[in-house]
Amino acid sequence: MPRECQRSEYHVFQPLTSSPQGYGRQDLSSENQNYKGHGLSKGKEREQRASIRFKTTLMNTLMDVLRHRPGWVEVKDWLRENFDHTYMDEHVRISHFRNHYELTRKNYMVKNLKRFRKQLEREAGKLEAAKCDFFPKTFEMPCEYHLFVEEFRKNPGITWIMKPVARSQGKGIFLFRRLKDIMDWRKDTRSSDNQKDDIPVENYVAQRYIENPYLIGGRKFDLRVYVLVMSYIPLRAWLYRDGFARFSNTRFTLNSIDDQYVHLTNVAVQKTSPDYHPKKGCKWMLQRFRQYLASKHRPEAVETLFRDIDNIFVKSLQSVQKVIISDKHCFELYGYDILIDQDLKPWLLEVNASPSLTASSQEDYELKTCLLEDTLHVVDMEARLTGREKRVGGFDLMWNDGPVSREEGAPDLSGMGNFVTNTHLGCVNDRKKQLRQLFCSLQLQKKASS
Amino acid sequence: MLQEESDLSLIIAQIVQKLKGSNLYSQLERQAWASLQRPEIKLESLKEDIKEFFKISGWEKKLQNAVYSELSVFPLPSHPAAPPEHLKEPLVYMRKAQGSWEKRILKSLNSMCTELSIPLARKRPVGEQKELLNKWNEMGTDEPDLSLFRPVYAPKDFLEVLINLRNPNYENSDSLSFRTHLGLIQVPLKVKDIPELKECFVELGLNIGQLGIDDSTQVPPELFENEHVRIGQKVLAEQDSAAAQQYIRQGSPTALRAELWALILNISSQPEDVLYYEQLKTNVIQHDLLVDSLIYKDVKLTASNDDYYFVFEDYLYQVLLCFSRDTSVLSHFAFNSASPPKSYIRGKLGLEEYAVFYPPNGVIPFHGFSMYVAPLCFLYHEPSKLYQIFREMYVRFFFRLHSISSHPSGIVSLCLLFETLLQTYLPQLFYHLREIGAQPLRISFKWMVRAFSGYLATDQLLLLWDRILGYNSLEILAVLAAAVFAFRAVNLMEVTSLAAAEAVLADLSTLKVMPLLQIFLFATVT
Repeated sequence: MPRECQRSEYHVFQPLTSSPQGYGRQDLSSENQNYKGHGLSKGKEREQRASIRFKTTLMNTLMDVLRHRPGWVEVKDWLRENFDHTYMDEHVRISHFRNHYELTRKNYMVKNLKRFRKQLEREAGKLEAAKCDFFPKTFEMPCEYHLFVEEFRKNPGITWIMKPVARSQGKGIFLFRRLKDIMDWRKDTRSSDNQKDDIPVENYVAQRYIENPYLIGGRKFDLRVYVLVMSYIPLRAWLYRDGFARFSNTRFTLNSIDDQYVHLTNVAVQKTSPDYHPKKGCKWMLQRFRQYLASKHRPEAVETLFRDIDNIFVKSLQSVQKVIISDKHCFELYGYDILIDQDLKPWLLEVNASPSLTASSQEDYELKTCLLEDTLHVVDMEARLTGREKRVGGFDLMWNDGPVSREEGAPDLSGMGNFVTNTHLGCVNDRKKQLRQLFCSLQLQKKASS
Repeated sequence: MLQEESDLSLIIAQIVQKLKGSNLYSQLERQAWASLQRPEIKLESLKEDIKEFFKISGWEKKLQNAVYSELSVFPLPSHPAAPPEHLKEPLVYMRKAQGSWEKRILKSLNSMCTELSIPLARKRPVGEQKELLNKWNEMGTDEPDLSLFRPVYAPKDFLEVLINLRNPNYENSDSLSFRTHLGLIQVPLKVKDIPELKECFVELGLNIGQLGIDDSTQVPPELFENEHVRIGQKVLAEQDSAAAQQYIRQGSPTALRAELWALILNISSQPEDVLYYEQLKTNVIQHDLLVDSLIYKDVKLTASNDDYYFVFEDYLYQVLLCFSRDTSVLSHFAFNSASPPKSYIRGKLGLEEYAVFYPPNGVIPFHGFSMYVAPLCFLYHEPSKLYQIFREMYVRFFFRLHSISSHPSGIVSLCLLFETLLQTYLPQLFYHLREIGAQPLRISFKWMVRAFSGYLATDQLLLLWDRILGYNSLEILAVLAAAVFAFRAVNLMEVTSLAAAEAVLADLSTLKVMPLLQIFLFATVT
């Protein structure tokens, strides 16, 4: 639809409908929350009071969602910052896992995945292990430098990408084809910026660059998908139906590897591109993307792609399952970045523990506020859910200590063709209706049992 | 009986004439010669055996599709003595109006030319040619200075022309009389009413399965969708244009749409077609036309700003620039009331030997023209195929949306159909809007001129265009426009100004097209 129709600037929006109807009031407890946009986690806790208290510093989407939640009250003073060392009450919930970097920092992720792959190969054979091959070959620098050089020599002429492990928004990334390029870079960073730059040279990874990305309109894009993990042991993960495809603002060509605007699809980088026009935005909602694929490829090919994407989530979470410090207070909303290549194979670029919640357009605002609302529904501080739900709003239960099937009560026929996983990425998201039905029936159940 | 027979033989003769010059003819000839090698072809029954061979090998189907295509596109001859202008447009006053409108457009174009002292056409220097060739796949990155260019006209200018159309035989004075229409369009054309539309669009009825309604998540696919997909695959396997056209009236499954449209439009990508496209591309590289800047401007203003079509910006240039060089488009002016503008070589004004059509395809783009192409990018990404599909869609349908004619699918008829439907079935709403100075056509005109492209969500738009292809008519655009007003009637009754009415109807992106059409046609109490 034409941009002229959007009457508001993209950073000031009308919040969503205020008090949702018919959700029912119960023994609401109070809760505090302190949330930073990026960086390390803070927690939220609740005490037995008449209302749930919260605190957040993110002014955009999250604040709106929290303020509109019935029975939740914002507190001005936050109690403690060193939750890592203090005892948390049973009812407290915290929105990060202590060592999420095992999944979200690129070098740790690679290590865990490699280890998991070896284990799978031992236990279940080569075919099963091959399902972990969704991460492009990555080497930590400088400790794996020699392994990298060996791989580099085996594949002359291909492009590699150097990424800092812990930075976000596309900062510090560059492409190279010759060993000489990284020699020069090492010299440069050592000499000049090291004083200001507190990221030492060691924290980089060199990764094989995917040279045949799937292009739409000649442009490269990646997918941002949201996965909510409620616990690691046992592994319970939910997949949000909505997400978006982020386009690079310029046409893809391998001729200009210096032009980071071509290759990096983060909105943050695109925003600084000379071509960038804020009204343009460069996002497609996943529904649109899925429809586009459906009109270009056979339905089976599209199904296979989305099943492979599900596989990425499950395997990546399983690979860190034993390493993550399991804590029943913790939950985490991850932003997965997925790249599709021309053979319709999905690749994992990275996992973010603090995906951006700032909205870049009205559509984006609605996506993120609904995402946050539904996250809070699943976390269920109001204790309304039975725990047996397979869908809450836009979230579908993807893994519950085992695959979850779409069919009601169907046996787990994994390995057979009949099993259809309970994921609906890019599908219709009639969350309002589903939530209404869900909460109404929960209310009835409560009445019936009391 | 005799009249019909002679009509039929005339039609057959005409079609044979047209097909004789086509590629298909030479292909069939070659196939016939090659088939002589086959053992089943015997000299005694040569004719029957070759016919049989054509049937089995699928060539008869191709011929059938070609004939069907001709029948769909080319209007039937009316009277042997009718002059060629009648084929373009039988009514004299319409022809005159179209002629004067064209003069105005051309004047505007020429004055822009003189003001900016840019030639209508110039040959590019070799350096520039090389540069353009390199940039061919990413012309969107070019940011030429287009601030001085204005679109030659916008839909609202065209609307003013239509409002002032008068039939001199019907009513000569401008003063109000009982013959004055309540809406904006004042010409007495015959338009269908709802009972006639119901007959015409019978496949959209309540008890017939539709994609866009019966494939929603609540409906189990076994009820309709699975079977419909199966039939679609069968139709594609048979490669039958006519069957595809009938099938698509109930909507096309997403996965089959690209092929179905190509089948209905009788487009098969032959090497000759790819070559032809490459030739057009060479023309673009070698010569720069003033209309190119108009095209750039239009794409930047409309498609590039759209939330979903911005991705396809480059494809739009690749299609539209080539389109403006394509002289084969000139043949459609035989049945288009418009005529291609003529331009004269410098200094030879008026001398016919120095006249050329400008632009080469005779079509001057207006503001929003690129939106005709944008939805097609969803289905086709191979440039020459995308181009062919667009060209065929243009010469079959889109040209009628911006030329003055009495054709039932012409924009004048669509406007009148829209206004009549609204007046007849929503009289209170119509009266109210008229009273507050918000004539409904002023709002819906832009939707119809663009065939709703850019106003509806893409999947809904494609479902709508499925039906345009299926019924070979644009009347459904007017019906949808009326259905949208009916849907938002409650809100519209409360507005008190044109601006407020525009605001109520500003955002159509959430509408579901097929339920609206179905309710309006089949489920409204009259």
